Amino acid sequence: MTENQKIQASNIPTIGDRQIELLEKLCNASAVSGDEQEVRQIVLEEIKPFADEIKVDALGNVLATKFGRGENRVRVMLAAHMDEIGFMIVKKHDDKLFQFERIGGIDERQLPGKAVLVGREHLPGVIGAKPIHMTTADERKNKIPVDALRIDLGPEIGEKVKPGDRATFATRFKRFGPSIQAKALDDRFGVAILIELLKHASENIDLLAAFTVQEEVGLRGARVVAYRFDPDMAIAVDSTPAYDLPHWDDEDQNVQYNTRLDAGPAIYVMDRATIADRRLVTLFSDAAQQEDIPYQFRQPGGGGTDAGVIHKTRAGIPSISVSVPSRYAHSAIGLARVDDWANTLRLLDAALVRVTPDLLAGERRG
Amino acid sequence: MKSLIKQLVETPGPSGFEYEIRDVIREAIGDAADELRVDALGSLIAKKGVKTEQGLRVMISGHIDEIGLMVTHVDDRGFLRFTNIGGINPMTCYGGRVLFMDGTRGVIGMDSIESGKTPKLTDLFIDVGATSKEDCSVKVGDVCGFERPFIDLGKRMVAKSMDDRVAAAVAIEVLKRLESTPHELHFVFSTQEEVGLRGATTAAYGVDPDLGFAIDVTRSGDTPRFSPKMATALGDGPAIKVRDSSFIADPRLVDWMIKAAEEAGLPYQLEVLEAGGTDGRAIQLTRGGVPAGCVSIACRYIHSPSEMVDSDDVENAVQLLVKLLSEPIDLK
Repeated sequence: MTENQKIQASNIPTIGDRQIELLEKLCNASAVSGDEQEVRQIVLEEIKPFADEIKVDALGNVLATKFGRGENRVRVMLAAHMDEIGFMIVKKHDDKLFQFERIGGIDERQLPGKAVLVGREHLPGVIGAKPIHMTTADERKNKIPVDALRIDLGPEIGEKVKPGDRATFATRFKRFGPSIQAKALDDRFGVAILIELLKHASENIDLLAAFTVQEEVGLRGARVVAYRFDPDMAIAVDSTPAYDLPHWDDEDQNVQYNTRLDAGPAIYVMDRATIADRRLVTLFSDAAQQEDIPYQFRQPGGGGTDAGVIHKTRAGIPSISVSVPSRYAHSAIGLARVDDWANTLRLLDAALVRVTPDLLAGERRG
Repeated sequence: MKSLIKQLVETPGPSGFEYEIRDVIREAIGDAADELRVDALGSLIAKKGVKTEQGLRVMISGHIDEIGLMVTHVDDRGFLRFTNIGGINPMTCYGGRVLFMDGTRGVIGMDSIESGKTPKLTDLFIDVGATSKEDCSVKVGDVCGFERPFIDLGKRMVAKSMDDRVAAAVAIEVLKRLESTPHELHFVFSTQEEVGLRGATTAAYGVDPDLGFAIDVTRSGDTPRFSPKMATALGDGPAIKVRDSSFIADPRLVDWMIKAAEEAGLPYQLEVLEAGGTDGRAIQLTRGGVPAGCVSIACRYIHSPSEMVDSDDVENAVQLLVKLLSEPIDLK
């Protein structure tokens, strides 16, 4: 295709020490939905020298614009959410054991025995559970409901904590070989990718970067950003579970894996919140094939991303999502591959340089 | 109208993939509209009439998508696992036939049919006759709808996707029969209703109507034992919606519709639907809020491949809508 020869060579960097360091900083920050200021601070510092306009809106979303050059530039919104799942202290007891609630989707079976960091000072606490010595065989069969769990902060430290304080899992970021272990990869991967794309924005488009809040509690931040940006098209950049594990107890193969590690960025066709515009699905799969970037289609089905509210904004916005696959999502620790992250960044860059007004000129065809 | 309905119900168009049915409808409208456009989510919007002093900007919405299936996995032997697009009842799936957007056909099989248990969607698979994964032309993300021919039972008609192609047929017919209107009418053939009223949401924002209503099917309370707790029955006339679980119709629109039906000597029935929603909600909640209602066609076996409606109800709905839209609207 002669079209392709016009496409500028990408200047997007690969994932090096600087990018890893930034992701580490982002993952180790606490930003439970509704209190995203730690991540927002990092984002603002990183993008300040690169964005043409930066605004923090009423909900705390960061809206950054990087204008392209030339005429007929498509206004492309990219959204990554800054918030993460976590906890909120709801009641303080005299013994400095705190009752808490979950913020966002967390399986309560994951909680006993986990270390947490509470409040803006990151005070160390423990979600305790009865030791095995004291439990009966029957008790061990049942899950412990979240109402029966406490965050234990002990004296002195406990004095500083009050209802409404948020907490995250205490997991610290770790790189080992080709892999990463961290909390909050959902969606610090997206945040890190958006920062990189802003720093190396392709000039054929106006890049409207949305670092959103409150995604985990119902895509709330992205809704108002999409209204304000009023873009021509939108891409949510997120992280999605890879459940590419064998079913040891099942004689047949695992046919519900969602995505697989090492298979590259996951392109969305449909989740519960969005049916992706096929013109954008094709944009991404073509870009991947032409640039020889591995990719996979996320299995259509459940889940949702910021695209769910963006595409329904105003008179409608063609939208799609792309995710970095990660194992053990919404638990204390996720596991992902550096290569999947790097390839997601490459794919987004390859897709963005291919965006032209022609892409959306016709009618939506599925 | 039966031939139009037959053509509409036999065209595939699961939510998000309404391009083929949209083309069929555009063709059927022909020059009956003053202006046609397609919005970002694929809804077809047909404009007719000029707003006069006594006129309003009115949105009439009937959805053109239908429930369907999307492939999630192709196994080594070429069997396809799938997920639902909209409300699919696994009970109506086994042994069913499906038609993919590219024309590929398949049948639905089930793991362990001998168990006698009601299947879950994950127990079902599609067999397109492939002998291996390599031999299978269908890929993850491909979309199909149920395939069933239209059947004419005389007074009654049966087809898949009567929900809501019967509304598209009504809207097209109204566009053609309307000789004059004091209003600026926007007939929206909306997309993605079955997955959450998405097309009507963006279309309503774009149209920015003064008043609007949906045309949709509703459940029918006239089947043997354990039928839905509803007063509606096939053949008792178009149903004027009072409420469903997604919105409460503006009482002024309900009164306006009742008055028009009585003036025109048309049969009508009142509808209270306890489970289900329509584009009426999307219209009502757009921008600063819009007076909204819904005209329904009673339908049996909704979301099965054999949805049944009454021909007289369809004709009377057309006549009611022509009456409603030909005259100034005075909401009281």
